[in-house]
Amino acid sequence: MKTILHIIKKEFQQFKRDPKMFGIILLAPVIQLIFLGYAVNMDIEHVTAVVFDQDHSQTSREYINKFSSSNYFEIVDYVDNYDDIQSHLENGSATLGIVIPNEFEKNIGRNRTTPLQIIFDGSDGNKASISAGYVMSITNKFARNILMDYRNKTGQKISPVGSIEAEVRAWYNPELKTRVFMVPAIVGLLLSVITLILTSLAIVKEKEIGTLEQIIVSPIKPLQLILGKLIPFAILGFVVVGIILTAMTFIFGIYTRGSFTFLFFSAFLYTLSTLGFGILVSTLSRTQQQAMMLAIFVVLMPMIFLSGFAFPIENMPQFIQWLTYVVPLRYFMTIIRGVILKGVGFSELWLELLALFSMGMAVLTRDSSYF
Amino acid sequence: MMNSITINNLTKRFGNFTSVDSISFDVKEGEIFGFLGANGAGKTTTIKMLCGILSPTEGDALVAGFSIKKEPNKVKLNIGYMSQRFSLYNDLTVEENINFFGGIYGLNGSRLLERKQWVLKIANLNGKENLLTASLPGGIKQRLALGTAVIHRPKIVFLDEPTSGVDPISRRNFWDLIHNLSSDGITVFVTTHYLEEAEFCNNIILINAGKLIAEGSSKELKTNYLKNDLYEIECSNVVDALEILEVQNFVEETSIFGNNIHISVNRNFSSTQQIESVLLSNKDIKISRVNKIVPTLEDVFIHLLERDKK
Ligand SMILES: Nc1ncnc2c1ncn2[C@@H]1O[C@H](COP(=O)(O)OP(=O)(O)OP(=O)(O)O)[C@@H](O)[C@H]1O
Ligand SMILES: [Mg+2]
Repeated sequence: MKTILHIIKKEFQQFKRDPKMFGIILLAPVIQLIFLGYAVNMDIEHVTAVVFDQDHSQTSREYINKFSSSNYFEIVDYVDNYDDIQSHLENGSATLGIVIPNEFEKNIGRNRTTPLQIIFDGSDGNKASISAGYVMSITNKFARNILMDYRNKTGQKISPVGSIEAEVRAWYNPELKTRVFMVPAIVGLLLSVITLILTSLAIVKEKEIGTLEQIIVSPIKPLQLILGKLIPFAILGFVVVGIILTAMTFIFGIYTRGSFTFLFFSAFLYTLSTLGFGILVSTLSRTQQQAMMLAIFVVLMPMIFLSGFAFPIENMPQFIQWLTYVVPLRYFMTIIRGVILKGVGFSELWLELLALFSMGMAVLTRDSSYF
Repeated sequence: MMNSITINNLTKRFGNFTSVDSISFDVKEGEIFGFLGANGAGKTTTIKMLCGILSPTEGDALVAGFSIKKEPNKVKLNIGYMSQRFSLYNDLTVEENINFFGGIYGLNGSRLLERKQWVLKIANLNGKENLLTASLPGGIKQRLALGTAVIHRPKIVFLDEPTSGVDPISRRNFWDLIHNLSSDGITVFVTTHYLEEAEFCNNIILINAGKLIAEGSSKELKTNYLKNDLYEIECSNVVDALEILEVQNFVEETSIFGNNIHISVNRNFSSTQQIESVLLSNKDIKISRVNKIVPTLEDVFIHLLERDKK
């Protein structure tokens, strides 16, 4: 136990010697949180549209008005041929084109169904389908209003046909902001980066300068060495988590609904794996560059992609979904989103905790067999 | 005297490359043992096996009485190791380095204090405990590294090229330190490239391409392995002179030493006149001196390595 303390102490003395590095470690996560928090905004708010109004009627103008007055659309141009729509879509200055045909008003006046053409840039499928939803809802509302007007004008006293209106409420994230969903995940992301990359670099650095050999020839046991190396970085990781959680509340107004103790406990179980992977990477690398490459491209990136950080796991092919079961970050993402957004705790998340614990132990066991 | 290290057919292969090829030898307690060989001969690999950093492919060794294969942990308690790079933490102070290495060897309290004083003394760092290790000159750093390597008073200390890259005066002082350790009863196992340093060793082993090719004290090596007489020639136009000498039937081996030529001669040799007359057949060669010399270790090693090549 004493021996472990010596290593921990030394590790902190080294942190202290490099205050710039230390500052970066503590400040960078906040800056990253801000960048990522704003960058991963996947909400679709400004859909650019061009209008090709062949009708030039009162009704067509009203219809277009519905778009420009909504918060979702911005009409960037009015054109008078299809080629112009195409060039707008091609150079990206508009995501959709609205084509109102010649007989639009006349057809409505004659109580006939009138077609409308909406042309999308479907290259971002997600954006296109969400915007299509907006278009549908604006169009339906417009059609209903026409119907009501017609009834009022003709003095028919039939009450509007009983229709069903679903009142949809999204819990935990009432405004359906992707940011609310993403920012807690960034806590998990940054914790992974710090614990994984810094540990592997710290050990490979000792390999490079030769002090690792000096430690290996001492009577110190592999487990002591590993713990002595891991604990300082785990502490550092926790400090960073604390900082990010605070920043999250102050900058984005997202606060943790669940228990902090539970959150830190799960973070601890999660870092068993990341620190363990950090050591694994360092045993496989000779230089700090190699370690960096391995850590980022072989461990971190696949782990992030397979964690459900950005792409929902349910949408992945079955085979890939199976793969995600061995990705610790997957479980930690579930935990951290659950605790921060829903305020859930042990009774809902014990399975995830168990998964994290077993994976951490597996990686650490593999590590200690190396030294 | 007891054996401090007993090595039996120790072998290390990396893939199908044999770095250390079945070497066996003994090191006596308290002696300074020189382990010599050219670059890549397998010195570091051997030391790493003896210290438990690498595991041998074949063979075994007893270090301080314990098998490096079966009882590596007991070996570790009895040895100190200073690697080829004399590794210390450059970003720690002198005292922090001493505390750390003392700490991982389980020293604390008054024992740590006493050993710390000792390390500071031998490294000439009294009063400079708070200096950053990175700022120390090479010679001092090397002494500090030695101090930390033996901070726990091991029975045996392995020094891998401890004097490489250090100025001659520091080297001289460092060898005084090695002698002190040895007279305290510590066995010193040292590798070096400097053959004049090998003269300070009680016993020497020479390895080449992983194989042991000679062993004994410096004196034994000079008499046992070099049977022929040795002459040193100082002359102008060394390259031409060498060409002439190489083909003479009385010459066994030739080599260049600084600006001079060394030749070993065989039965066909009668006197130094023989050398002078063949050289003077070339008008460009001016002879300043020809005399018989006592061989140095370098002569012995060049002879052995040449022989090994054939
Ligand atoms: N991990 C390794 N993998 C493959 N080959 C290795 C490894 N370590 C050493 N070698 C090879 O083994 C041979 C002996 O190396 P070693 O470091 O023991 O030599 P050395 O005598 O210490 O040389 P030097 O004087 O340069 O320090 C070299 O050819 C080296 O390339
Ligand atoms: Mg070496």
